[in-house]
Parts: sequence; C-alpha cells; structure tokens
Amino acid sequence: MRGWFAALLGVATAAALLFLTLPVVAIFVDTSPARLLDSLGEEGALDALWLSLKTTALALAIIVVVGTPVAWLLASRRFPGRALAVTLVELPLVLPPAVAGIALLAALGPEGILGGALADAGIRLPLTTAAVVVALTFVASPFYVRQAQAAFGAVDRTLVDASRTLGASEARTFLRVIVPTAAPGLAAAGALALGRALGEFGATLMFAGSLQGITQTAPLAIYDRFATDFDAALALSAVLVAVSAGILLAVKLVRGGEALDRAGA
Amino acid sequence: MLELEARTPVGTIELDVALTVEQGECLALAGPSGAGKTSVLRIAAGLLKPERGRVACGGRTWLDTVGGVALAPDERRCAYVFQEYALFPTMTAWQNVAYPLREGRRSARRARAHELLERFGVGHVADARPATLSGGERQRVALARALARRPEALLLDEPLSALDSRTRAGAARALREILAEAGVPALLVTHDFAEAAELGDRVGIVDAGAIVQEGTATELAAQPRTAFVADFAGAVVLTGTARAGEGGLTAVDLDGGGTVLSTDAASGPVAVSVFPWEIAIEGGETAAPSTSSPQNHLRARVTAVTAVGNRARIALSGPQPLVAEITAASAERLALKPGTAVVATWKAAATRLVAR
Repeated sequence: MRGWFAALLGVATAAALLFLTLPVVAIFVDTSPARLLDSLGEEGALDALWLSLKTTALALAIIVVVGTPVAWLLASRRFPGRALAVTLVELPLVLPPAVAGIALLAALGPEGILGGALADAGIRLPLTTAAVVVALTFVASPFYVRQAQAAFGAVDRTLVDASRTLGASEARTFLRVIVPTAAPGLAAAGALALGRALGEFGATLMFAGSLQGITQTAPLAIYDRFATDFDAALALSAVLVAVSAGILLAVKLVRGGEALDRAGA
Repeated sequence: MLELEARTPVGTIELDVALTVEQGECLALAGPSGAGKTSVLRIAAGLLKPERGRVACGGRTWLDTVGGVALAPDERRCAYVFQEYALFPTMTAWQNVAYPLREGRRSARRARAHELLERFGVGHVADARPATLSGGERQRVALARALARRPEALLLDEPLSALDSRTRAGAARALREILAEAGVPALLVTHDFAEAAELGDRVGIVDAGAIVQEGTATELAAQPRTAFVADFAGAVVLTGTARAGEGGLTAVDLDGGGTVLSTDAASGPVAVSVFPWEIAIEGGETAAPSTSSPQNHLRARVTAVTAVGNRARIALSGPQPLVAEITAASAERLALKPGTAVVATWKAAATRLVAR
C-alpha cells in the first residue's frame, strides 16, 4: 500500500487538469483557424471585442488608481470600523452577478436612489458604455483590493520606518518603497480583477443592456450568438480565451522576471 | 547633544527614561529583550510617540508633549540603523544609499552614493541587490545609507547581532571608527553587555523600562548597584544576609549555608557578586584554606566544564550555584570533571555587596 497517497494526489491532479482544460481546448478543436478569422470579420464581433478591451482597461485603471490607496489604508492602519470597511469592500465578491446588476439599477438607474440626482446633473447611465464601465468596476474591484491588501500586508514595516527616518514623507515612502516592494502582488491583484472584468456578464446585461457597439461586450456577444450561430460564438470565445491566457502569461512572466531579479540572477 | 526624556506604557511595561548623549559620544543601552531599549530609539526617531516626553538634538526640539511639538520622523535629522538593516529589496546598494540624497542631479547623487560605498569598503557591491549581499556588506551599506544625510544623531539597534561571529570582530572595529568619525551623538542598544562595553563610551543598563544604572562598562562591572546589573554584567550573584564581621569586614551568611566576607559595608539582605575570573579552584580535600590570602572558601562540586578557547568555565553547585573561570591548563591539572569535589576561593576585596 506504500505510495498510495502519492498516487491519489497524482490521480486527483490529473483529473482536475483534464476537467479544467478540456472545455478550453475544445473551443480551439471545434474552430478551424479559417473559420475563426471569418467570424471575426462578421459585423459586431470585432466591435464587441474592442468594446470589451476598452471598458475593461478603463475599469481597471479606475480600480488601480482608487483601489491601491484603499488597500494600503486597510492593510496599514488600525481604526474603528476597519473590519466593517473590509467587509463592505468585499461584499460584491459574494453577490451573484444578477443581484449586482439589480443593485446597480436600484442605486444608479433612472428610478434608483441616486437616479434623480444623476439625471439633474445630465447623466443617464443605463444603455451607455459608461454603464458597462461602472458594472465592471463594481464587480471586479473587490478582487483587486483584497489581493492588494494582502500584498501590502506582506511588506516589512521596518522598510516604511527606514524610509521615514531617511527623510522621506509618507507619500514618497508609499510611491518609492511600498508600491515597488508590493509590485508583484499588485500585478497579480490587477490580473485577477482584469480577468473578472473581461468575463463579466450578468451585471453588465442587467445594468447596461446589450446594445451592439455600445454595451455589448464580448461575453454578451457570445451569448447573443450561441443560439443562432454556434460557430461564431465559438470563434469569439476562442479569441477571448487567447486574450485572457495572454494576460495571465504576461503577468507570470513579469513576476517570474522579478523573482529572478531578486534572487540576483 | 541628544537629550531624551520619556514616560509611556509600551506593551506590558512602563517606560521611564531620561538620558543625555554628548557630541561624538556613544551611549550604549544594554538590557534583556523586552526591556524597552528599542522603544527608546523609536521615540528618538519619532516612530513612536510617548505619552509624555521631550527629545532635543543639536539645540532643536524634536518632541515636547507639553509644548505640543512633535516633528515627523522625516523632519528629524537622525540616522537609524535597524537590526536587520532594512535595506530596500527593490533597489541596488547604490540606490539605497542615494535614497536619502535629494539635492542635485541624479548623476551627482549617484556619484555621491558610490563615494560613500567606497568609503565604507563596499564599493564593489554598488550594483548588487541587498538579497545577494553578505551580512557584513549589508551592515556597511546600511551605515552608508544612514550617514548619507549627514545626520545630527545616530541610532543603532543591535548593530552587530545579525552578523556571524567571524565577521563580528571586524565589524565592531569598523563601527567604532565610524562612530568616532561621525562626531555626532550616538545611541546604541544591545542585549549583550560585552558588545555595549566594546562600542559604548558609556553604558546604561535597562531593565523593565528604566535605566537602572549608567556609567562606564568598567564602573558597572566593578560597582554594580543592583543584583540585576551585576548579573547582566556577567558576575556570579549569590544571596544572603550581611552582618558586621571581624577586622572591619562584612560577613554574609549565604542562603543555603556558607559564609563569605567582603570589604564592602552592608547589613541585612544583600546580593553578593563576584566575577567568574576572580574565583580560583582548589582541589577538594587536600586544600589548606588558612595559608593563602583569599578569605572566601566555599565547598562545591563540579557540575560542568566548558572550554572557551584557552579558558575553562567551571559550573559549580555549592550552597548556591557558582561559575568560575580558570585557565584550561589548570582545569586539566586539577582533573576537573562533573562530580569532583573542590573549594571555590576568592578575595574579600573582589566581593561586591548590594542591598536587596
């Protein structure tokens, strides 16, 4: 019976890898490269892809710019209500996407609690590209803040003290010492949020709708086509997988490079 | 001149210290871990704000809780060398040293950083990251970085403890030269009395948040004011009750039996301290106590013999445990091994008494 545990680990891992990769591989097996290119030429497909990239990039920029200081505050300061703040930030994490969409409508929609104020300011969100960005930011930001908070928490606080005694202000310490030291963790946090935003479906559909070229992101376009034109849906999926995998790979490469750099290679 | 006064709770202890360090002088605070030594440094640097206190350096007030002054750490010109050196891992050695330099062009700052590294004997590691440096190299880079800003005070937290014993002697010598050259008040903390004696012009013994005695290392070792100081300075400490003895000497009846004499005056409960190297060992039953000048003789059994270079530390169990330090040759000649019956002997003049 010796080695049965090692065998069990091996079997479980093999089963998990097969189960997780088979559907992804199937997308590419089912699509010939020529068909893939053809369907991308189709009206709407490129639009959806471009819109997805644009809105995701914008949402990620907002998440990083606002979320990074928030994560540092939550990781470095002890204040009353901190636990509550952490929980509130993480709340969208456990919301079903459909609930997130309804929640956004209830808050920012025309009939929502801020809808009147927004309308007075001349802002009408639903069925606009801005609404897509709002939805993506809402669902993806907790992924970034949570992970970034962990990355900041792992920064040796003596480095902060050292920087302060070397004449650097809090802001300079944050930019020159803390962020670079936490950079690999922040990159991973960004990748998580990006992945979540790129795949966002439910909240976008409910809050922004599915208007081609305006609010129809790639996942919505896939859903739109799969009943009528399975091949086109498949081709679009393949592109989305390629983009996601490319991002994941890029992050791994950057982190790997930094790890090597630190080891002095 | 650096002046510091602080009263504040830190963890479970109440820190209450007042100290002054002159220009070019090094005050070493020595004490067990948890005594509050590092908190004193953090208060000086502005990393910890005491409930009540005052810190002044070079005629400027850095902190005055009464006057409402509390400069941020970056507004105080003090260099802090951390225990593990706290070099920035994402920067090379020269970038670390250039970090506190804010004036001039990047090329000028870079040249200055290289110059400082050269001066500290680590010019060859300028482009290396901290992770690849040895402990000794890290310490020098940290010192170069701390001194780059021309500080008005120097704070050192266990500057040698992260080094292996081989590098330590050289690093201690280099550090003494650097302190002398810097010419600013230096405050150093360590848990090792020997290190404090080596680096400090004066030594303050810290226990449970207070400086219990301050003086030169020799003074502290020779005239410990409390049993704690004696013990910390490396002496053997025995307890007993003092009474007037013959010939103007003080006799101490030790707890557990035996009597020793001291030239110090005392009465009532006392701690008796004597340095291990003052204690001679005579081979058991053959000894004739009355013929030699030392007047203190305690019968004891050897419990352990530890060789330390050419010396041997002999642990003894008598009425109370004792440690004697004799030459390795003597230990050999007396054939000392655990269980051997011996007499521990020392002079009344080498016996210090402090009231308990």
